[in-house]
Amino acid sequence: MKTLTDAWNWLADASHWSGDDGIWHRLQQHLVLTVVCLVVSCLIALPVALVLGHLGKGGALAVNISNVGRAVPTFAVLVLLLLTPLGQYGEGPTVVALVLFAVPPLLTNAYVGMRGVDRGVVRAARGMGMTGPQMLWKVEVPLALPMIMNGVRIAAVQLVATATIAALAGGGGLGRIITAGFNLASTPQVVAGAVLVAGFALIVEGLFEVAERLAPAWTRGRAG
Amino acid sequence: MSDAPPDDCLARNDWICGEYLSTRRHILVDAVLQHLQITVVAVAIALVIAVPLAVVARRWGWAAGPVLALTTVLYTIPSLAMFSLLLPAYGLSATLVVAGLVLYSLTLLVRNILAGLRAVPEETRQAARGMGYGPVRLLLTVELPLALPAALAGLRIATVSAVSLVTVGAIVGYGGLGNLIYSGMNTYFKAQVLTASVLCVVIAIVADLLLLWLGRLLTPWTRAGSA
Repeated sequence: MKTLTDAWNWLADASHWSGDDGIWHRLQQHLVLTVVCLVVSCLIALPVALVLGHLGKGGALAVNISNVGRAVPTFAVLVLLLLTPLGQYGEGPTVVALVLFAVPPLLTNAYVGMRGVDRGVVRAARGMGMTGPQMLWKVEVPLALPMIMNGVRIAAVQLVATATIAALAGGGGLGRIITAGFNLASTPQVVAGAVLVAGFALIVEGLFEVAERLAPAWTRGRAG
Repeated sequence: MSDAPPDDCLARNDWICGEYLSTRRHILVDAVLQHLQITVVAVAIALVIAVPLAVVARRWGWAAGPVLALTTVLYTIPSLAMFSLLLPAYGLSATLVVAGLVLYSLTLLVRNILAGLRAVPEETRQAARGMGYGPVRLLLTVELPLALPAALAGLRIATVSAVSLVTVGAIVGYGGLGNLIYSGMNTYFKAQVLTASVLCVVIAIVADLLLLWLGRLLTPWTRAGSA
């Protein structure tokens, strides 16, 4: 219990919130890192998944990439990239490592969502004379949207959590508060940092939950 | 006698270095053993906790919500944060890493076992009851075996994830191969980082294949159709 009180006191100390090592700055770094990686991952994974899903090809590939992705430790990828020439470009290695980590769930969920669209509906759309791109955008993508968004949600929450690992390799973000706490042997600071990251991840999860609850009404409104 | 440094791959700091493998073999073996030990203990404990949780959630519907919510929240907590949150309880020890991994594996295992139990057809359960099976016998001889394929799928994911997460335990000095990656990063030792990373992936793939094989061995009926 004492540790939690100490951690609370650490968080309540105004001096810990300001400055380059302060919580606000670390939070901002964490947010930017997460958003950049999520956008890049979506730009890479979603077009591939949508096209493969539309064509009905490469399913085994999508699933296998996902499984292999899980087996590769993000920390190892980060350190490997850090030791290559890419390591000179500040947050470059972190972004690449995190994108590699976020692409598999996006790819698998979007592909599975596209394949899960009722074949009868697709045939009906073709019967109505829709072209390939029309079918993709007007029929398949809207119907696959819940699964696609589920992948985005998983990727976002995992990114927030995993971005912490950047701190092990000297990067920015909330993880730095934890690693700095370890180096100072300050358990209250470590616990405070952990609470901050966990809280951030839960907030992101919560935002997606809210968006998901609001979404069906909006989709129905457009369909009707 | 010459004082010039030896011109081998260690001195050149190459990524791939046979010299490294031969001179540091005992360090690598120790790291692999620690890695395996932490993974196996963590996943085994998680399995022992997950099965009763899933059975309880299946039997009493109201328990499913809280059990799933709790395990999902645990999964949301970042690994680095998880290890640090458990720090006051376990100190700098291998137990700390094991405890963190157990909490992660729980989500994947409970979800999959529960899905497997829910997928057991109602007619099958009724047939067993009609044959005079009690609740315990029904669970042990009918429901759990039928849930086995789903449970094993979860076990494979949990194990592979655990192997890669152990590396983060390097922050407290018990990360198996992660320790070598961590120290290799600080000393810019390329061969050590690459070798340890590759070994991590190899362990994950071998573990996955072993569980796949075990699954086929334990559930011969799932292959009856294709034979």
